[in-house]
Amino acid sequence: MAAGIKDKVAILGMGCSKFGERWDAGPEELMVEAYLEAMQDAGIEPTQLDAAWFSTHIDEIGTGKGGTPLSLALRLPNIAVTRVENFCASGSEALRGAVYAVASGAADIALAVGVEKLKDTGYGGLPVGNMGTLNPQWSPSGSAPGNFAQLASAYRAKHGVSKEDLKRAIAHVSVKSHANGAKNPKAHLRNEVTEDQVLNAPMIAEPLGLFDCCGVSDGAAAAIVTTPEIARAMGKKNIVTVKAMQLSVSNGLESQHNSWDGSYFHTARIAAKKAYKEAGIDNPREQVSMMEVHDCFSVTELVTMEDLFISPEGGAVKDVMDGFYDADGKVPCQIDGGLKCFGHPIGASGLRMAYEMYLQLQGRAGERQLPNPKIGLTHNLGGAPSQNVCSVTIIGAHGA
Amino acid sequence: MAQQSVGLTAYGGYIPRLRLQRKSVAQANAWVAPNFLGKGKGERSMANWDEDSVTMAVEAARDLLGPDDDRSHVDALYFGSTTMPFKDRLNSGIIAAALTLEQSVRAVDVASTQRAGTSALMQALSAVKAGEAKNALVLASDHRKTKAVTSQELDFGDGAAAVMVGTDNVIATYLGGASLTVDFVDHFRGDTEEFDYNWEERWIRDEGFSKIVPKAVKAALENSGVSASDIKHFVMPCIFGDKFAQQLAKRSGISPDAARDTLAANCGETGAAHSLVMLVNTLQTEAKPGDKVLVLHFGGGCDALVFEATDRLSSQASKRGIAGSLKNGVEETNYLKFLTFNGLIEWEKGMRAEQDKKTALTTLYRNEDMLMGLVGGRCKETGVVQFPRSRISVNPNNHTVDTQEPYKFAEKKAKILSWSADFLSFSMNPPNHYGMVVFDEGGRIMMDFTDVEAGTVDSGMEVKLVFRIKEFDDKRGFRRYFWKAVPIASSAAKSQTGQAAE
Repeated sequence: MAAGIKDKVAILGMGCSKFGERWDAGPEELMVEAYLEAMQDAGIEPTQLDAAWFSTHIDEIGTGKGGTPLSLALRLPNIAVTRVENFCASGSEALRGAVYAVASGAADIALAVGVEKLKDTGYGGLPVGNMGTLNPQWSPSGSAPGNFAQLASAYRAKHGVSKEDLKRAIAHVSVKSHANGAKNPKAHLRNEVTEDQVLNAPMIAEPLGLFDCCGVSDGAAAAIVTTPEIARAMGKKNIVTVKAMQLSVSNGLESQHNSWDGSYFHTARIAAKKAYKEAGIDNPREQVSMMEVHDCFSVTELVTMEDLFISPEGGAVKDVMDGFYDADGKVPCQIDGGLKCFGHPIGASGLRMAYEMYLQLQGRAGERQLPNPKIGLTHNLGGAPSQNVCSVTIIGAHGA
Repeated sequence: MAQQSVGLTAYGGYIPRLRLQRKSVAQANAWVAPNFLGKGKGERSMANWDEDSVTMAVEAARDLLGPDDDRSHVDALYFGSTTMPFKDRLNSGIIAAALTLEQSVRAVDVASTQRAGTSALMQALSAVKAGEAKNALVLASDHRKTKAVTSQELDFGDGAAAVMVGTDNVIATYLGGASLTVDFVDHFRGDTEEFDYNWEERWIRDEGFSKIVPKAVKAALENSGVSASDIKHFVMPCIFGDKFAQQLAKRSGISPDAARDTLAANCGETGAAHSLVMLVNTLQTEAKPGDKVLVLHFGGGCDALVFEATDRLSSQASKRGIAGSLKNGVEETNYLKFLTFNGLIEWEKGMRAEQDKKTALTTLYRNEDMLMGLVGGRCKETGVVQFPRSRISVNPNNHTVDTQEPYKFAEKKAKILSWSADFLSFSMNPPNHYGMVVFDEGGRIMMDFTDVEAGTVDSGMEVKLVFRIKEFDDKRGFRRYFWKAVPIASSAAKSQTGQAAE
């Protein structure tokens, strides 16, 4: 196995725009907002950037294709800009590109920026689009909630969980994230909700109600990465380094082969195993301090707790109900509100997750600061349970 | 001798499960048309939003053909309808592709008259008689379109019937027939028109049916050498009531008791399909070996065909046919839903429905057996079955290359693995049900569900597959077809799900 990325790259600075229905801002303004914060945090000049990775998912709205939208908005010094797209995991892909560039020695300092301007569609939810010319001729023209909701029926069937028990557990997932989001000034949704509110909300895609679905938000996030040596030479303290970056991509097994039972993410388990190995983690339930996972829907977060080997298989409902993932639990999850409440501007989300882990590791998370976290995990999914890409990234204090 | 005779060798039928209650229609329209209140009895069949004459014909044909993958014996296909979805694209070609018939099949569309079904049947009989075809599949189907607040809206129904014409194992021998062509314009539908324009019913009854049908009957009886009194079953679609049919039979010397149920009460008149719908129903419910059956269809003249049922009739006992379809009904009392399904209401579908549904015809043709026939692949080395077919096998233990042979999924047994009822995405009949369907013999497909009884779906339920309209491309007048899963509600009790833990 390759030596891996552990401790080869440090985060020099990060930034994140306010997420939400940003009627006031286009994608350019959102990118600038995240970028300026990251540049100030890093304490560098634009001329020190060697290369940039730019993630955005939807071409039809937002920035359009290519690397130029980033370069234009930020007036970058004519450096390389690579646009990456990998569904909802695009943000993690931008970070991976920048990290790999630094690790390879091709760049001393690299920039990753992710953005999505979703609220220019005229309607709620994610925009609908065609995936090529063949897929729309046979795949159901469904929605993200309809695809992810299917986890629930398969999980119930596999583990013998009643409709009511599962509904209550996923409701708790959302109640917890709302409580966390309420403490985050940059979050899209800052209201606390009760379990009753969640259980009685209008149905979106059975069994997911309104509060089981994440916010559809505008936003941008940015990271500047370099080597630990350069960071130290620049006088940085509390250096946060990348411990692992893994991406696993479906090859059709889940959607075409009967060995997958529909109740979990095949890719997440592979990416998690590889990431733990890369980071040198052998007991994630004990060693991971905190997580930001891809809670696009409450049920996704629930099954992900098992896919990341934090909860035992079939044990997520109990852990969730026990408060294991609450802000005061053993492994706080979605401490910034998650996709659920911080919001989900697709191309930015992976970077937003890393932003929260970075702030927490540096002790700069304000009202929601956790006591002395050492290892943070981000889990960023793209696609649908039956066909997806899954990124697992682990970051932590340098030397941890 | 009997083995060399030409006749019907099999039948099938399909009536959509929705049954619009006429009372709902009559009451909704009473403010403007109180005269229709008297017609507000019984029910009429109503196609789901994703059904048309082609999809219903496919269902009738599948009933006839059974689950056997090998359909190479079908060498001709005659499709009669006046509501074909395409003016220029061989509609029977769509059906042939959905049924995975051989390319060598002679496929013909027969249209432009209510007797398109019987005319299709006559062409098939001629072809088999002449030795040009051995097994000619005849399909008749109509998805009848009417304006709101018309008597036709109450009288008509949607449906399809199928018969096979051949020489082996004949269930009803063709004795002879006649065709009369008269340009009697009881109604018409101009080239650019969506709806029929109808003349006065009394004139149609008295000057049309009453004078033209007996002439055709006389000629058919002469040509077949059968006397009127020998006719046991007088099969004639008409909307003037059973009594009128009995009178017309009597006028030709046929016993009034021979007049067969026009299915007005529980189906409605299914247009060009209706003579064959009634014929199949008669063969299923009333005909006995040796019975002589006269089949008539009025329209631009009249077709008349005489058959004699044989002792092979019981070979078709397992078919759903028309009788079985009629039993499998679901009451629909929502007249607005009927109007919406038939495009008679301009309603706000929401921005999600604005997505362009343009179909790349190149892609469609490259993947024709997959998209039209639900044909996937089976690895010759490992036996692993998958959809769609691919050069590199999905088998996680052995990604064999170029080992797949075509494998048909449409008739295979399958169950629901996961599903959702989605209120967000656009659907003509929300909530949008879809999910992962897993086949007992291997393979799985994430697919749309249709004909769903909301609230009954769960993992483990059995499904059957149906060929339906996937999307309408209103911009270009195209429609896409694909296969969908129909959850079988009665299988819910047997399902292996979390329900058991409740």
